[in-house]
Amino acid sequence: MPDISVNFAGIRSPNPFWLASAPPTNSGYQIMKAFDAGWGGAVWKTLGVPIVNVSSRYGSVNYRNTRMMGFNNIELITDRPLKDNLREIEEVKKYFPDHAVIASLMVETREQWHQIVKDAENAGADGLELNFGCPHGMCERGMGSAVGQEPEVLKLIVSWVKEVATKPVIVKLTPNISDITDAAIAARQGGGDAISLINTIQSIVGVDIDNFVAYPVVDGKSTNGGYCGPAVKPIALNMLKNCAQHPDVNLPISGIGGIENWKDAVEFILLGASTVQVCTAVMHYGFGIIREMIPGLENYMTEKGFNTIDEMKGKALRNITNWENLNLDYKIIAEINKDKCIGCELCYIACEDGAHQAIGLSDNGTRVPYIIEENCVGCNLCSLVCPVESCITMIRKDDGKKYETWKDRTEAGNIPVTFNDELAGGLHHFVPDPLTALKKNNHGYK
Amino acid sequence: MSDYTKPTNESEFEKNFEQIKPLMNSTQAYYESSRCLFCYDAPCVNACPTRIDIPLFIRQINSGNLTGSAKTIYESNYFGYACGKVCPTDVLCEGACVYNLQEVKPIEIGRLQSFATSTAISESKKLFIPGKSNGKKVAIIGAGPAGISCACELRMMGYDAVIFEAREKPSGLTVYGVAPYKITNKEALDEMDYLQGQFGFEIHFESGIYKKEDFIRLEKEFDAVFIGTGLGKTNSLNISGMNLENCFGAVEFIAELKIHQHNVKVGNKVIVLGGGNTAMDAASESARMGAEKVILAYRRSNEEKGAYEFEYDLAKSAGVKGMFNVSPVEITGKDKVEGVKFIRTRTENGKVINIIGTEFTEPCDMVIVATGQSKQEELLSNVSGIKFDLKGRLVVDPENYQTPNPKYFSAGDIISGGQEVVNAAADAKKAARGIDRYLKNKS
Ligand SMILES: Cc1cc2nc3c(=O)[nH]c(=O)nc-3n(C[C@H](O)[C@H](O)[C@H](O)COP(=O)(O)OP(=O)(O)OC[C@H]3O[C@@H](n4cnc5c(N)ncnc54)[C@H](O)[C@@H]3O)c2cc1C
Ligand code: SF4
Repeated sequence: MPDISVNFAGIRSPNPFWLASAPPTNSGYQIMKAFDAGWGGAVWKTLGVPIVNVSSRYGSVNYRNTRMMGFNNIELITDRPLKDNLREIEEVKKYFPDHAVIASLMVETREQWHQIVKDAENAGADGLELNFGCPHGMCERGMGSAVGQEPEVLKLIVSWVKEVATKPVIVKLTPNISDITDAAIAARQGGGDAISLINTIQSIVGVDIDNFVAYPVVDGKSTNGGYCGPAVKPIALNMLKNCAQHPDVNLPISGIGGIENWKDAVEFILLGASTVQVCTAVMHYGFGIIREMIPGLENYMTEKGFNTIDEMKGKALRNITNWENLNLDYKIIAEINKDKCIGCELCYIACEDGAHQAIGLSDNGTRVPYIIEENCVGCNLCSLVCPVESCITMIRKDDGKKYETWKDRTEAGNIPVTFNDELAGGLHHFVPDPLTALKKNNHGYK
Repeated sequence: MSDYTKPTNESEFEKNFEQIKPLMNSTQAYYESSRCLFCYDAPCVNACPTRIDIPLFIRQINSGNLTGSAKTIYESNYFGYACGKVCPTDVLCEGACVYNLQEVKPIEIGRLQSFATSTAISESKKLFIPGKSNGKKVAIIGAGPAGISCACELRMMGYDAVIFEAREKPSGLTVYGVAPYKITNKEALDEMDYLQGQFGFEIHFESGIYKKEDFIRLEKEFDAVFIGTGLGKTNSLNISGMNLENCFGAVEFIAELKIHQHNVKVGNKVIVLGGGNTAMDAASESARMGAEKVILAYRRSNEEKGAYEFEYDLAKSAGVKGMFNVSPVEITGKDKVEGVKFIRTRTENGKVINIIGTEFTEPCDMVIVATGQSKQEELLSNVSGIKFDLKGRLVVDPENYQTPNPKYFSAGDIISGGQEVVNAAADAKKAARGIDRYLKNKS
């Protein structure tokens, strides 16, 4: 059995699955229930000067019959008095001494930061997470993402915290920034022990087209919110990769963004995260989803021969490079498995209208399309639209002997540089003549 | 053994004849429409005789444009709601769904179609505006799927359409023939009301056109005449005992059942003679009416029967027993039916051969003869120039649906020999276009 326990910048946890600071960690009751269910850690709903919330607070992006593919909220930090939260932190730690309880914090002045750090540590928090990410409401008051977007301010506040903190400090980063590594580096420079990312993305999830207002609606009005859920995972993975690969960041990372099963968690770990935080999936399905995540992760590790999370951490990073380092001589083309094809012809129309006119329809009475090999550029769009598992596969056509990248070609002076350069990649590629292909007369329009 | 008890009131009748394709609710429709792949040149469309743009109307359901969805359907098929419920979708649109090839349940196209049109009907949504009057008038004989569809299409092109119907209600066999578990009379008639509201054609009920004078009058008063009478009564069998009490023709029995429902008396032991879809329906319906035993007797083998396999399965699931390779020799009994005398048969080179010495009598107290509907040769002997083919089908040209008598056009069961509602709807639309071409060329 692999060991899935983690030591995250000094914070110990029986497994890498933490609850993100959010409504599921609003109270001691919820966190104890989550720990009973199997969660390894929890980042408490952000503490600070309590706020007042509005109703409603959430909006959802449904994709066809899938609900909450994307999710946004306009809820702020905790609306409960600090003393209640601190008392409950203490209680949780009493019952769960080996689980990770992290206090998320967001205040304004240096004095407030000092005070709240001490309070949280006295209550027994195993670590602190500085909320520099909240993209709505709090930022209008100079907190949350207003801090996260200014690396200098961020650095300063982290250093205030480090003046008094004895427990590890995690800096939670906002994605609402041009380059997230600027903020990550500032977190390190300020003395932060770890980073977590991503917080939610500024968003409007939809518009009520009958009443002319965006969601969520508060008495006929709305505001932008923070986007999360499965839809944001690709954005989170990219930002995670950027931080994990940057030599100046070099901090443990807690990955956040759309994680809802073991596979999502594995992907985050392979890109450099050592713990993962979950919110939307729990808001959707409850704490019980953990019973799918832990055995899934263990099974994967067993099958791959990983003994610890550390062994697998960042495994995919070395294969992610800049575009200029990709092999331009690697050639693949699509192949359709006739026996599997169900004849929906989606590949045909996708290639015809959206790609390179490299798929033909047979006139032999079957609905199985065929690949026009000389037109296929190997983009693999067809294999993505195909509804049948492994019906369209991409077959390698080059001999694998040559490996020349854009960088190599640039160095060799072998790249197109003028507008009509003979070296243009698509120069001799087939493109239908529009007038002939569409049977238009050539008098033009009137 | 039948699982049904005799229905004694309307609600018991409805329970025994529970809808096999009940109307979807909006959640079901949303989920089901989400599954559609939006195939290119979709095979379901090619499998629908009316060529409804199925992926489009399903996408419109999914995107919340129900009005647009209903319009897409009605633009191709004026019996959009009824067809969704009564079409043999297994062998049409749903049978062609690509999901079948993946052994995934095909999209429930029929039910989605009825769902989309049901709102337009219940809210009387104005989807169509008849064309500007062109002053021309077309007479339509029969308010069945063919006649009504032809009338709607003609109205769209600006013609006056006047329908003469022999019975009291419109929709033809949709009300008087199709099994009650496929569509209720109310559903069928609501759609007819909706269509009349949209298109404003005129219907005269209990106004059958039978005599030569009637036809002459129509020829005089109208610019063209459309024949949509469907087929006639059940063919009689050439055996003795056909006139005994409790021996019925299938279409007559079914029409009776459709109108009088639980008040119709069905025997305890019923023998249905025939192997087509109507025989299956009659057998199924007898079982659901609480007959203790229903035997479906066909003179050829099970494999040779004309009915769709799913119709036979449905009959069997209602408790019907199949008896194959038996040919009726005589219906026995004094005044009332007491049994059917059969002889066993085998088929050789497509011919049925009686096996001598194998006669036996199966007792029963009711016989339903489902041996096909008669053709309309006699009725149309009143019209000059009309022709029937060897199978008794009225001859029309395949493009304009015009008969050799240029004033007369036709579509539906009378030209096909008996198909489905959807075929009548498809062909009658084309016939209306044919009438338009003919009258435009004439003037
Ligand atoms: C028992 C049975 C079950 C069926 N089940 C199905 C099914 O489940 N699904 C399906 O799609 N199809 C089914 N069909 C077939 C379908 O009903 C027909 O294909 C369709 O109704 C044909 O339409 P039509 O307009 O040609 O004829 P009809 O529906 O027969 O309509 C003809 C109309 O003309 C009227 N008429 C006849 N003679 C005259 C006259 N001289 N003057 C004035 N009016 C006249 C009739 O009263 C009738 O209203 C079934 C048929 C039968 C018999
Ligand atoms: S009309 Fe009938 S065959 Fe055509 S799509 Fe609708 S249900 Fe299918």
